[in-house]
Amino acid sequence: MASEWLLEMVGISKSFPGVRALDDVCLRVRAGSVHALIGENGAGKSTLMKVLNGMYRPDVGEIRLRGEPVQINGLKGALDLGISMIYQELNPIPAMTVAENIFIGREPVYGRSGVVNRRKMNADARQLFETLGLAMNPSARLSSLSVAEMQMVEIAKAISFDSEIIVMDEPTSAITDREVEKLFEIIRTLKAANKAVIYISHKMNELFQIADEMTVMRDGRYIDTQLTDKLTTQSLISMMVGRRIDEMFPKEDVPLGEVVLSVDGLTQGDRVRNVSFELRRGEILGIAGLMGAGRTELVETIFGIRKSSAGRIQIGGQPVSIATPRDAIRNRIALVSEDRKLMGLNLRASVKDNISLINLARYCNLGGVIRARQEVEVARRQIDRFKIKVSSYRQIVDTLSGGNQQKVVIAKWILTNPDIIILDEPTRGIDVGAKSEIHKIMVALAREGKAIIMISSELPDFSQEAVMASATGSH
Amino acid sequence: MSMASLASADGYGNKVKQIAARYGIYIAFVVMFVFLSLWSPWFLTFDNILNILRQCSINGIIAVGATLVIITGGIDLSVGAIVALAAVSAASVAHPDSYPVIVPILVGLAVGALFGGINGFIIAKGRIAPFIVTLGMMTIVRGGSLVMSDGRPVINLSDEYNTIGGGYLWGVPLPVFLFIAVVLIGAFLLHFCKFGRHVYAVGGNELAAVVSGLNVGRVKMGVYTLAGLFAGFAGIILSSRVMTGSPAAGAGYELDAIAAVVIGGTSLAGGTGAVLGTVIGTLIIGTMNNGLDLLNVSSYFQQIVKGIIIISAVLLDQYTKNSR
Ligand SMILES: Nc1ncnc2c1ncn2[C@@H]1O[C@H](COP(=O)(O)OP(=O)(O)OP(=O)(O)O)[C@@H](O)[C@H]1O
Ligand SMILES: [Mg+2]
Repeated sequence: MASEWLLEMVGISKSFPGVRALDDVCLRVRAGSVHALIGENGAGKSTLMKVLNGMYRPDVGEIRLRGEPVQINGLKGALDLGISMIYQELNPIPAMTVAENIFIGREPVYGRSGVVNRRKMNADARQLFETLGLAMNPSARLSSLSVAEMQMVEIAKAISFDSEIIVMDEPTSAITDREVEKLFEIIRTLKAANKAVIYISHKMNELFQIADEMTVMRDGRYIDTQLTDKLTTQSLISMMVGRRIDEMFPKEDVPLGEVVLSVDGLTQGDRVRNVSFELRRGEILGIAGLMGAGRTELVETIFGIRKSSAGRIQIGGQPVSIATPRDAIRNRIALVSEDRKLMGLNLRASVKDNISLINLARYCNLGGVIRARQEVEVARRQIDRFKIKVSSYRQIVDTLSGGNQQKVVIAKWILTNPDIIILDEPTRGIDVGAKSEIHKIMVALAREGKAIIMISSELPDFSQEAVMASATGSH
Repeated sequence: MSMASLASADGYGNKVKQIAARYGIYIAFVVMFVFLSLWSPWFLTFDNILNILRQCSINGIIAVGATLVIITGGIDLSVGAIVALAAVSAASVAHPDSYPVIVPILVGLAVGALFGGINGFIIAKGRIAPFIVTLGMMTIVRGGSLVMSDGRPVINLSDEYNTIGGGYLWGVPLPVFLFIAVVLIGAFLLHFCKFGRHVYAVGGNELAAVVSGLNVGRVKMGVYTLAGLFAGFAGIILSSRVMTGSPAAGAGYELDAIAAVVIGGTSLAGGTGAVLGTVIGTLIIGTMNNGLDLLNVSSYFQQIVKGIIIISAVLLDQYTKNSR
């Protein structure tokens, strides 16, 4: 029986303790099309896709492939049915090579011996990269790759299964324009081969560039499905958030004050070479440059995560030595790091415990006993201020949606009341509403006399602001 | 979240599982308790319950320290040996008419804290795996207690010293109160103090803790020192109760403590767990030992049963946590 739809998910509901993540959601996807799944942070997009790939069993609902109802038994079952997925949260095995990560669980072996045929595995990986037009070394260890490169490995892996349906959950949140272009080429090839791609992203321009159809979700519910041609950014946003957001990034003039941070000839490894710049109160300094150009290394060196081999840092005109993040925090610097899972969050702890961690002493008496009520109040305030979607301040961060995890990191650092705020890709995985919210907060902080360094691949977002956006190269 | 979280059921089954995941260990304890009460008329007597509590107290005190260590993602294999060294050291200054009883107590505690602190120092500064450091320390300290006592148990201890482990208050053995005190201290530090929060932060994501400006080395020093201190305390109670400072004491105690912690739901991966779970874990092991005795199970066989229960507890825990 031929069906108009390759995939139908009908009446899907899924609850977790304290939240109804999906409530009677439908999704219908055609073969040979790119179907975007859109919604605010915590709308239920990732959860719906984890139902599709067998990670979660829905409480109720039916999944049909080409009109036939199917039962999806685990990740393996989904793969067997031709469904593969790129996860929003990367799951690399750092000690293994690129090829090993791609072919894990299905390594080519010699005959029936069970001994891995490394040469074939690497050759297969090389061929995969060739067809995808990627330059990557199959025998490099994952731990030596940048976040962007790891993301490309995940993409290659998902495609290597030759699935009918490929889910991409925010594949571009960590990669640059050039890699995005590569990805889009790959997607167009998949489309031409009559495969279906389900594409999740918060980047409007991408959606309009690549998607044929869009399904919008809000608060775990299905809102609507439309052809891309029938949509505008404005109508899409109002479907997503249920109201209009007029001026997303209002222009503001913030007067500049005295120099708070001056970096002189800073050098670290071979990616940060002889970098100098000055940062003034009220300034939002954008650091442009491609991913992998040393931007993250630069700010991590300023923050004491990496050791500099040369250069001086002055704060408020005084030379300082920052050997550890502790020193940086003492000098009232905050760093919202690029990789929230790696160094931003304790995923096993609650939202409250993460938010209050850095300056916990402020919420303690002299004996180091936590003043619980005050701590809860502070956590609640940050949750409200950054509109973090949680079932309670006790919710474990691991169970938050990706965008909401990112908001926790920002809330945590802003709470330290820093003078110098460094944000490394702070809008990663954050929805449009929250992006404009964060921009407003940054401008408000700049107005208070704080100085801000912002690394962002979504540079257009803040270069529209009247505050200075200058670029510092590392060479 | 686990990639293996596949199992699920209808809404009702889900509820049951959620409850089981949360309270499974308590339910298991209650079931065991009720079963033994029905099975053996001796089990649910005041004397027997006190007996269980007293037998639990030494393991429980060590296990509170182990809880802190394990939440940081570490492990301490040296505590059993520290029990012996503290026992021998304390006993050697606890002869009648030598020093006031406070002296052996302080000596025992100091010895425990010292070697725990050395563990912590090496782990924090040398960045060596806790397993290795404390394994080495285990044999060093065990050797030290043999050297110190010349391989012979230290006997002839004062009556005051004997009161610590052998005395009673309101008809309840003193070690039970000491156990409760250590539990309260441990729970207070872990759940109400900055220090405890840092313990969870280090175990949950050490790099994030460093980037958040925590003094991770100091947190590690802290937990291993406390683990040693509590082990020293256990050594005092043990030697006082049996009126002997034996260099062979405490062998295998580190494993009993780790078992209690793990049965209590604290993950060896670090970052999660609670003192209350460890108390229940200790009580489960103690009750089980006692019950098997009452049921006339041979002590050889008891070891097998104990092992099975440890593995089952963790399996149950994994299963319930993964079903979503
Ligand atoms: N394992 C879980 N336990 C409890 N709650 C969960 C769990 N997984 C997801 N949730 C909740 O379900 C809701 C939907 O989450 P989901 O990750 O699907 O959002 P999303 O649309 O992908 O958002 P984002 O754009 O931020 O990635 C959130 O409120 C989240 O807190
Ligand atoms: Mg998501």
